[in-house]
Amino acid sequence: MMSSAFKMKPIRRARLSLILLMVAGVSVAAWFGLRSFNENLMFFFSTSDVVEGKAPKDHLFRLGGMVVKGTVQRPGEGLTVKFILTDMAKEVPVEYTGILPDLFREGQGIIANGKLTENGVFVAQEVLAKHDENYMPPEVAGSMKTAQNKESAK
Amino acid sequence: MMKFLHKFSSPPYFYSISGRMLPWLTALFLVLLAYGLYGGLVTAPADYQQGDSFRIIYVHVPAAWMSMFIYMVMAVSGGIGLIWRIKLAEIVSISSAPIGASFTLLALVTGSLWGKPMWGTWWVWDARLTSELILFFLYLGVIGLYNAIEDNRTASRAVAILALVGVVNIPIIHYSVEWWSSLHQGPTVTKFAKPSIHIDMLIPLLVMAVAFKIYYAIALLLRCRNELVQREQGSRWLDEVLEKV
Repeated sequence: MMSSAFKMKPIRRARLSLILLMVAGVSVAAWFGLRSFNENLMFFFSTSDVVEGKAPKDHLFRLGGMVVKGTVQRPGEGLTVKFILTDMAKEVPVEYTGILPDLFREGQGIIANGKLTENGVFVAQEVLAKHDENYMPPEVAGSMKTAQNKESAK
Repeated sequence: MMKFLHKFSSPPYFYSISGRMLPWLTALFLVLLAYGLYGGLVTAPADYQQGDSFRIIYVHVPAAWMSMFIYMVMAVSGGIGLIWRIKLAEIVSISSAPIGASFTLLALVTGSLWGKPMWGTWWVWDARLTSELILFFLYLGVIGLYNAIEDNRTASRAVAILALVGVVNIPIIHYSVEWWSSLHQGPTVTKFAKPSIHIDMLIPLLVMAVAFKIYYAIALLLRCRNELVQREQGSRWLDEVLEKV
């Protein structure tokens, strides 16, 4: 393979290097482009960003985090839900009125689209569940949980 | 090896050997598809979070893998056609485009159908979904450009350049879920660690992936033969082949 590549005719070698140059050039351009748009490509802000004031104050943005266990409340008869989101560092309270996706549950990652009110509560207009990359049968998940509980009991 | 490739790329030899390969490939494809579907839809256990809805991965994930794999085949064979002016490489390149476009659309549609109940939305403009949609448009661009130019060989060269420029999108699709925060989950199987999927669920997925690859081979050979016959109209070898039929 290698020896035949070296024996390439000059015109073919020129074409090959032109192609490689073109792909490299486009890659560099794409890299610079994506770097400069990095923040816009982020789909959501973390709860730490919000607490530190990095999130936009006057318009809609998406907030991602994990629903803290035991914080989901349903005040009243309606569809309103209150819960607290965390990224394991900072927490943000969230309020939402509407239908929740199947995967919404305590301890699950979610993404909420909405606005931050003045008293620090995030009022969501839309809640999306973020699925993780783990797939397993319920029995395995159950046994993993008991193993974890044993570990934490120690 | 080079000798074999050289022989393989000659149109008459390719035409006869691909004709003999097709029945075998079709049989292998049907067996793998049946096994993969049965394994995925019947014997694999339900997921602990998603229940039975997760079973769409047996179509969605192989289709998404194929969408990228076929793009690379299209771009690389287009590049080979550009450098060595091998007719068959040009044919492989352009024949891959509609197949790749179909797999991309399949991945987008199945993902959307799964996204509605699971995420709560049909579509979001996150990095993974958007870059996959761009891949679909790249395929459409390749097909459109090819058809816009009258002469086949000129068209093949123009298309190869477009395909090679679009290669930059492939690593972006793959790493989009790692570089940026996205709604789409991270990689489950294609990472340098133990796959985070139970083995009973993984095996049918891999079987389906192989079945999709073989389906691509079948569709590609059929399309290539078709294109070859169109391009080689009036050549002696083709007349000889047609006389036998």
